[in-house]
Amino acid sequence: MKIIVYAAIFMMVIAQGFWAYTENYETQKSLKTAKQLQTEIAAARTQMGVLNAEWAYLNRPDRLRDLVDMNFDRLRLLPLRPEQFGQVAEVPRNGVLADDFIERVTVSVLEVEE
Amino acid sequence: MIRKPLRPLALVLEARAAGRNPGDIERENIRARHEQARDASRTRAESRLLVLIFAFISLFALVAVRMGALAISDPVEHQTSYSGPSIIAQRGNIVDRQGRILATNLDTYSLYATPQSMIEPELAAEGLAAIFPELDEQELLKLFTGKRKFLWVKKKLSPEQKQAVHDLGEPGLKFGPREVRLYPNGSLASHVLGGASFGREDVAAAEVVGVAGIEKEFDSFLRNPANGGQDLALTLDLSIQSAVEEVLRGGMTLMNAKGAAGILLDANTGEIVSLVSLPDFDPNDRPAPPTKGNPADSPLFNRAVQGVYELGSTFKIFAAAQALEMGLVTPDTMVDIRGPLTWGKFRIKDFKDYGAELSVHDIIRKSSNIGSARLALQIGAEKQQEFLKSLGFFEQTSVEMVEAKGGKPKYPADWTELSTITISYGHGLSVTPMHLAAGYATLVNGGFKVTPTLVKQDFYERGPRIVSPETSRQTREMLRSVVKDGTATFGNVPGYAVAGKTGTADKAIETGGGYYEDRVISTFASAFPAYDPQYVLVVTLDEPELSTGIEPKRTAGWTAVPIAAEIITRVAPLLGLRPEIEPVTQAGVTTSSN
Repeated sequence: MKIIVYAAIFMMVIAQGFWAYTENYETQKSLKTAKQLQTEIAAARTQMGVLNAEWAYLNRPDRLRDLVDMNFDRLRLLPLRPEQFGQVAEVPRNGVLADDFIERVTVSVLEVEE
Repeated sequence: MIRKPLRPLALVLEARAAGRNPGDIERENIRARHEQARDASRTRAESRLLVLIFAFISLFALVAVRMGALAISDPVEHQTSYSGPSIIAQRGNIVDRQGRILATNLDTYSLYATPQSMIEPELAAEGLAAIFPELDEQELLKLFTGKRKFLWVKKKLSPEQKQAVHDLGEPGLKFGPREVRLYPNGSLASHVLGGASFGREDVAAAEVVGVAGIEKEFDSFLRNPANGGQDLALTLDLSIQSAVEEVLRGGMTLMNAKGAAGILLDANTGEIVSLVSLPDFDPNDRPAPPTKGNPADSPLFNRAVQGVYELGSTFKIFAAAQALEMGLVTPDTMVDIRGPLTWGKFRIKDFKDYGAELSVHDIIRKSSNIGSARLALQIGAEKQQEFLKSLGFFEQTSVEMVEAKGGKPKYPADWTELSTITISYGHGLSVTPMHLAAGYATLVNGGFKVTPTLVKQDFYERGPRIVSPETSRQTREMLRSVVKDGTATFGNVPGYAVAGKTGTADKAIETGGGYYEDRVISTFASAFPAYDPQYVLVVTLDEPELSTGIEPKRTAGWTAVPIAAEIITRVAPLLGLRPEIEPVTQAGVTTSSN
């Protein structure tokens, strides 16, 4: 009986030793992966920073304004003016404008301009 | 084990036959057995000792080996767990209210030289001079062949320049990694951002420190690695800032002004949506501070928060609002404005003769100095000081920029009756345009004190009440009438019901002693839409002169007002304000706004 218990304990010690061994190496592997991922993240972050900076640089208002001026023939872009605000009624329903709409808008625009 | 008997029969019989004592045999056997047992236990003890010795030696050897290993190995941080995102040591970005980048970092390289490891200094100098036109070949050669062992050639390199230097193939030219601050929008919002430069420098790295503006004010926040490179969100709006700057720049040129400032402020929260000071500079290449001349003429000078000016008639509304608040007058109360008003040796006149009396409403509409003076005299010096102090006109604004601390208002130490009179129409008290914007916001937003801020927050605490909602409403109506049919008719923007007050103040001579005849600061402080003000806009021009007519025009109504109107036309749609038909004023009905 004793011998069976001893044998079982011995086997358990061996098994736990093996478990601890594999676990140790698994952990080290994970840490290595994490480290590598972090390096990758850092690289990606740097790249993102550069891309963001470039995006911001290419979208700087001065440049966009110059581009709009240069391409005025094709794009005909002008600064947003108050007159460009529309009303819900101006949206054509089934492709047709409401009958009294044009009159109403004209009146309201005239009122605004007074 | 076969045990030997203590009294073997054969020997006992033999001993009896020989007449010897058989007990001796037994004793002898016991002794032998004892001896045997002792020998056995001794051997066992010795072997145990050996095992113990071996065990101790191995353990101590293990400790010794481990200690030796630790002593000769490089120190490594023991890592037993993944510690989440790594600490980001980068300086945080500065973004506008919509998250668009105003300041960011870029990895680049610096170039340094170690002349003693140079192979061909002549070729290196020649090559560098070709890559960087601003470097002088002869000077470089002198440095490369001199005694120095180390020298910086360039603090920042572009990737192309780095490649070109690399292609020179000179081992004595080396690169050090550098992180530089980049302002992708160039001079846009330059005064707010300020700029950054290198602090402590080393070959391997350099510290980036803010030198002005918000970069300096929030330097420790932006640099703190614990923030993990968190963005600093400002209340500025890039597109609105750009539009204001464009219009103001055009207006400044048109009006021949030497400087201009524009502030667009949220009337309720105090968020600064746009802050422009012209002339400006490129924070990527921040000019050195001026060593001579008037520092206020330098492009580095922030006219909006640093420049203190007597802002003239824009102050009249404060006298009127206080008189209304104290219940001394109503907008319809008639005030005697016969001039000139003589006080000691001073004679106070109006721009032109407005007759014998005007209502309080018309004093503002027509901008009568004498009328304001009379109101101020009714209020009294002490009460006037209290009121102006409650609006924050006696101390620097709390805008989050280092420059704001330099904008300390100037007010008379001895507040005489004459000071009361002149300050009622904006002379004798110098404040920054930012003070004025905050004051106007406080008056028009229903009466709550506004503290201008540049940092976006989720929640803005409402300031203490300064004037009643009724006074605020009356103030708005008076200001609206200035634009409708008063001194600022050019300020009318259809659909946005602009309300405001002009101010044209003669510039004080810097060296002291009076005012210039032909130099003015012209200001237009406005709020829109008048019936429920969302934004306050202050436009200030330094020495404008419109020379289109017969004689040059300098008054705000001709200079600052049209510019402000154009700014409102441009930015109001961008701010999402829909042009509206103004509600008809309902006399006697109290409306409140938040």
